[in-house]
Amino acid sequence: MIAEFGLAALWMAAALAGLQMLAGFASLRGEDEEALGTLVGRSRLSVLRAVKAALSRGDGDDILAALVRPAAVLQALLCALSFAALLLLFIRTDLSVALVAQNSHSAKPFIFKLAGTWGNHEGSMLLWVTVMALAGGLIGLLERRLPERTMLATLAAQAFVGLGFYAFLLISSNPFERLPEPAAEGMGLNPLLQDMGLAFHPPTLYFGYVGLSIAFSFAVGALLTRQVTPDFAKVMRPWVLGAWIFLTLGITAGSYWAYYELGWGGWWFWDPVENASLMPWLAATALLHSASVLASRDALRAWTVMLGVVAFSMSMIGTFLVRSGILTSVHAFAVDPERGTFILALLALYIGGALLLFAVRAGTISEGERFSVMSREGALVVNNVALSAILGIVLLGTLYPLLTEAFGVRVSVGPPYFNPVGAIFFLPMLAVLCVGPLLRWRRDSFERIRKPVVAVAVVALAVLAGVYFAAGIALLPLLGMTMAAAVAVASVMPLRGRSLRRLPLPVWGMVIAHFGMAVGLFGMAADSAFSREKLVAAQVGETVEDGPWRVTLVAVEPVAGPNWTALEATLHASYQGGAPHVVHPQARSFWTPPQETSEAALLTRWNGQLYTVIGGEAEGGRWQLRLWWKPFVTWIWYGGILIGFGGLLALIGRLAGDLRRRSAQAQIALRKGPAA
Amino acid sequence: MTWLRWILLALVAGLFGLFAYMLTQPKDEFVESAMVGKPMPAFDLPAAVADRPGLSSADLADGQPKLLNVFASWCVPCAAEAPNLARLEASGANIVAVAIRDRPEDVAAFLAAYGNPFSRIGKDDISAVQLSIGSSGVPETFVIDGRGVIRYQHIGDIRDSDVSVLLAELREAGA
Repeated sequence: MIAEFGLAALWMAAALAGLQMLAGFASLRGEDEEALGTLVGRSRLSVLRAVKAALSRGDGDDILAALVRPAAVLQALLCALSFAALLLLFIRTDLSVALVAQNSHSAKPFIFKLAGTWGNHEGSMLLWVTVMALAGGLIGLLERRLPERTMLATLAAQAFVGLGFYAFLLISSNPFERLPEPAAEGMGLNPLLQDMGLAFHPPTLYFGYVGLSIAFSFAVGALLTRQVTPDFAKVMRPWVLGAWIFLTLGITAGSYWAYYELGWGGWWFWDPVENASLMPWLAATALLHSASVLASRDALRAWTVMLGVVAFSMSMIGTFLVRSGILTSVHAFAVDPERGTFILALLALYIGGALLLFAVRAGTISEGERFSVMSREGALVVNNVALSAILGIVLLGTLYPLLTEAFGVRVSVGPPYFNPVGAIFFLPMLAVLCVGPLLRWRRDSFERIRKPVVAVAVVALAVLAGVYFAAGIALLPLLGMTMAAAVAVASVMPLRGRSLRRLPLPVWGMVIAHFGMAVGLFGMAADSAFSREKLVAAQVGETVEDGPWRVTLVAVEPVAGPNWTALEATLHASYQGGAPHVVHPQARSFWTPPQETSEAALLTRWNGQLYTVIGGEAEGGRWQLRLWWKPFVTWIWYGGILIGFGGLLALIGRLAGDLRRRSAQAQIALRKGPAA
Repeated sequence: MTWLRWILLALVAGLFGLFAYMLTQPKDEFVESAMVGKPMPAFDLPAAVADRPGLSSADLADGQPKLLNVFASWCVPCAAEAPNLARLEASGANIVAVAIRDRPEDVAAFLAAYGNPFSRIGKDDISAVQLSIGSSGVPETFVIDGRGVIRYQHIGDIRDSDVSVLLAELREAGA
C-alpha cells in the first residue's frame, strides 16, 4: 500500500505542477505572452489561450492567478508525502519494491538503509523534485516583495522545470515499481557508499542544485515580465546563497570522502563528476557577487540574469554528464542511454528555452547604473569575468574528451591542463579579491586604500621570497602560498576601523569566507609542495621513515565486520620521536556485492596528516604499505568549511534583515489601520 | 552585442548536438594501442618460468611472425582463453607471452592447470613492456610480423570466433 500511496501522491503532485504552470503562464498578458511563445512554443501558447478563455469570464485572470500559490504549496506537501513513502519502504526493507530489492539489504545498518533511499538513480531524482517542490511551496507561501505578475511567472517557470523531472520519474524511473514476486533478499548497497560522509554528500549537492533552479526560475520570471530590479536580486539572493553554501559544503565533503575512502591520497582528481559539481559552484559564486552589485547598485542587470540561467544550466549539464554515462568516471552511476536522452531533452528545453528568451529579451534590459573601473563594482566585474573564464576552462576540459571521441580520438584531460590554465585566471582574481572589499561603491581612488594595499603587498612579497629561498618549491605552489598569505591578510582588512560589534553579519560572512579561501589555498599549495610518499614492502616488526614520522608495522591480522572481512594492520607511528600513536588501516572485502576497498587510516595533527594504506601481501611474508605525510592538507577542508560558514553568516544576516523589514511593515500597517 | 548572443546560442545548440550524437554511439571501453603499425620498443625480459626462455625484442624480429599474449596467472579471462590459445598453437601459430606482475610459482601452477602454448615467457613485474606496447589490461594478444612490427591488437579474452581472425592476421603478417 505504501508504494501505491507514494506513486499516487507523486502523480497528483505532477498534476498540480501542471496546473501551477498553466495558471501562472496564463495570467501573463500581452507582450509577455509573445516572449513566452518563444519559450514554450506557439502550439502550447494556444493551449494557454484556450485555458485562459475558458476561465476568463469576468475575473477569470484573477481566478487563475489565485490558483498559482496554493497549487505550489499543495504540490510541495504531496511531493514530500511521496518521498516519505519511499523512505518508509527503505526503512522497512520492503523487498516487493524493485528499487528496495536492488539497492538495500535486510542486514544493512539502519542509517545506510535510510541513505539507500537516495543512493540510487530513482530515489535521488525523487529527492530532487521533492526539494524543488518544497522550495516552490515556500516561495508561494511567503515571498511577496516582487510584483505579483513576476512572482506568478516565477512560480510558473518553477513548475515548468519541475514538470520535466516529474515526467522523468513517472515515465522512465518509477521508484515505486513492484516486483512480480517479492525478492528473498536485497542486493545490497554499493559498499563504497556505506559511509557516513557519502550518505549525506549527494543530498547536500542536490540542495545546491535545487537552490540554483530557484534562481533560474526567478531569472526567467524577471525576463518574462521585464522586472530585472534590485528587488529581484534581493529576493533571489538568499536562494543563491543557500545553494552556494550547500554546494561549498558538498564539494568539501566529497573531496574529503574521495581523499580517505578511495585510498589514493589525492583530494581532487579533475574527474568529470567532480567537475560537474565544481562548475555550478563557480557559476553560483559569480552569481552571488553580481547579485550583490544588482541589489546594492542596480547595475549588471542582464549579466546577473544571464548568470542565473547559466548556474542552473551547469547543474543540469553536470547531472546529464554523470547520469548518461557519456563520460567515463570513477563515479559511474547505473548508466542508461534512455535516461541520458531524457535528461538531454529536458536540458535542451530549459537551457535552450531560457537562453533563447534571454537572447530575445536581453536587448530590452538596460545595463543599469554606471560605475568607474576603480570601484567595488569594478572589482566584482573582474571577479565575475575571472570566475566565468575558469568555468569555461573547466567546461572545455571536461567536454574535450567527448569532442575528440566524436572524431575517433581518445584523450584524457587532467591536472597538467586544469592546474596551470585555471591558475592564469585564479591568481589574478585573488589579487583583485585583496583590493575589492576595500573599495567604495561607484567610484574610488587608489590614494584612499594605498596603506592597506601596500601592507598586503609587503606581506605577499615577504612570503614569496621567504618560501622561495627556504624551500625552493615549484612555481604554482609557490604562487599559491604567496596569494594565500596575501588574501589572509587582505580578507580581514575590511574590519579596520569599524566597530566589530556593530558590523553587519553579511560583512562578517564575506570576511570569513575570503579568509577561508586563503586557508584552503594554503592547504592545497602546502600539500602539493611538501607531500612525502613512501611505498614499501614491509615485514612485521620493520620500521619505515616518512618525513618526520617513524612508522612500525606491528601486526597484520584478519578482522570481520557486519558485511565484510578485512586484513587489518596495526601501525605504531611516532612524530619526531614522540610517543607512538596506533593506527589500523584495512584492506576490506565486501561480499554483497563482492568488492574490495581500502580503508585508509589517518593520523591528524594541526599541521598535517599521516595517511596510511595497507595493500596486499608481497613476496616473502612482506606487506605492501603506503605512507604519505601531507603537511597542512586538512587546511583545504577547514578552508571549505570556513567558506561555507561565512556564507551561512551572510544568509542569516540577510534573512534577519528581511524579517525586521517585514515586522516593521506590519507595524506600520497596524498603525495606519485604525486611522483609515 | 546581439550577434554575440546568437553565437552563444549556436554554441549551446552545437553542444547539445554533440551530446545527442555521443548518446547514440555505442559505449566502447577498450583503449586501442597507438603502437599498432609501429615496431616493438626494445626490451629484454628475464624468464618467467624455469622451463621456457625469457623474451626480448630481438626474438620478435627473427623473420617469423608471432602472436604475443599478455597475461597473468591472477587473471580469470586469461584462464578462459587458454583452450583457444591451444587451438591457435595447434594451427601452427608461434605464441610468445609476457606475464604481468606475477610470481614464478604462480605462473608455473597456472600453466600446469590450463596448458602451456607459449614458446617463450618474459617476466614483466612493473608492466613496463605492457605499457610500452600500449596494452591497458590483461589479456591482450598482439600480432607481430617477422620484422618486429606490431600489426594487430586483440583486446580481451580470445573467444571461439576470434581464432580464425587471429590466424588470418598472422598469415597476412607473414605475407
